[in-house]
Amino acid sequence: MIDKAPDPIVPRPFRIQRVRRETEDTFTVELVPVDGAGGTSFVPGQFNMLYLFGVGEIPVSISGDPNEGSKLVHTTRAVGTVTKAMQRLKRGSFLGVRGPYGTGWPVEEVAGSDVVLVAGGMGLAPLRPALFRLISRRERYGRIVLLYGTRSPADILFQKDLEHWRARFDLEVYVTVDRAMSSWRGNVGVVTGLIPKAPFDPSQTTALVCGPEVMMRFAVQELVRRGLNPSDIYVSMERNMKCAVGFCGHCQFGPHFVCKDGPVFRYDGVKELMWVREV
Amino acid sequence: METLEPILAQHPFLEGMERRHLELLVGCASNVRFDAGKFLFREGEEANHFYFVRHGRVVLEIFSPQRGPIEIETLTEGDVLGWSWLVPPYYWRFDARAVEMTRAIALDGKCLRNKCETDKDLGYELLKRFVNIVDRRLQATRLQLMDLYGD
Repeated sequence: MIDKAPDPIVPRPFRIQRVRRETEDTFTVELVPVDGAGGTSFVPGQFNMLYLFGVGEIPVSISGDPNEGSKLVHTTRAVGTVTKAMQRLKRGSFLGVRGPYGTGWPVEEVAGSDVVLVAGGMGLAPLRPALFRLISRRERYGRIVLLYGTRSPADILFQKDLEHWRARFDLEVYVTVDRAMSSWRGNVGVVTGLIPKAPFDPSQTTALVCGPEVMMRFAVQELVRRGLNPSDIYVSMERNMKCAVGFCGHCQFGPHFVCKDGPVFRYDGVKELMWVREV
Repeated sequence: METLEPILAQHPFLEGMERRHLELLVGCASNVRFDAGKFLFREGEEANHFYFVRHGRVVLEIFSPQRGPIEIETLTEGDVLGWSWLVPPYYWRFDARAVEMTRAIALDGKCLRNKCETDKDLGYELLKRFVNIVDRRLQATRLQLMDLYGD
């Protein structure tokens, strides 16, 4: 009998091992395969299609540690029908999973250079696996800088991770919020405002940028103004993904399908498209 | 006698400024220090200075009777604080509070306004540099207003 490759359109059942509330409207689920047959490895930056049976299927980036192979970790905001229903799930509930799909951050390729990660809001979730991977091979890289901006102190994701990363001598972590009351001791201002003073050498730095598209456009402008080459900047795009394997065309982005050619693109490859309103 | 000229000359805001203009600025400059919690200025006060932050952290705030002080922006080493000294009727529009001990160079705005009236080249040079800062802050404010992360 010939073994057939798994059908990319058929979800595999996973069991929720843990649900963790990150902020008021953001949560993380940890999933383990029901059949125990592995299949949880991924490249940082990739996403899975999560299917809540009877409700719907959505793309969610993987936010867990790629070095921890036994489970899948996804973080998302409860904004639509599926995510709101998903937020109510408990440990032991089931989800269907297809994936992982798409391109990842070039963490292996940029060895030797400084790496700056610029995250806005939920954009920290897809960058978190990249940072885990960079840290696990810390000696291969120059300076590693995380610049993270979000709406308010209450919206800061992965607070424990941030505390842990901040405590390390070999990482530079800067967090800023758009607004705060006077009890907040940290920085107030947009994340792009952190770029001019961040400690990295623009001539040998690769930037990984993830967040709302408007924020990414401004972040890229600041990075280029700082001296980065557009070919050293990577962005993670978001479009309405359905099939996730390049069949349906829902996520078409000019000549690209975000689901299979992205979501991570080198900026110089999509530079023109990012300024086209109709795309 | 040592002056503040070498320090001013190294500040990115004044990069490339002609020596004669720097000398004019030095005549209006002084070293200042604010302990944590002290206000550099408060909304409604006369705006007679601006600051080059050398060390520490300053937060701009606006006070709301319902919500208390709301933080708008944090300024750190290398930042320029304040342009109300340039805009009549020369009153501060926000509070500026040192979050930690802050050292800065204060430029006397009244002194500089007079010098700019006399030396239009100096006035134009300063305005060009301040417009860059105003542009960046305006862009940042627009991004903050868009509430990008709430989508």
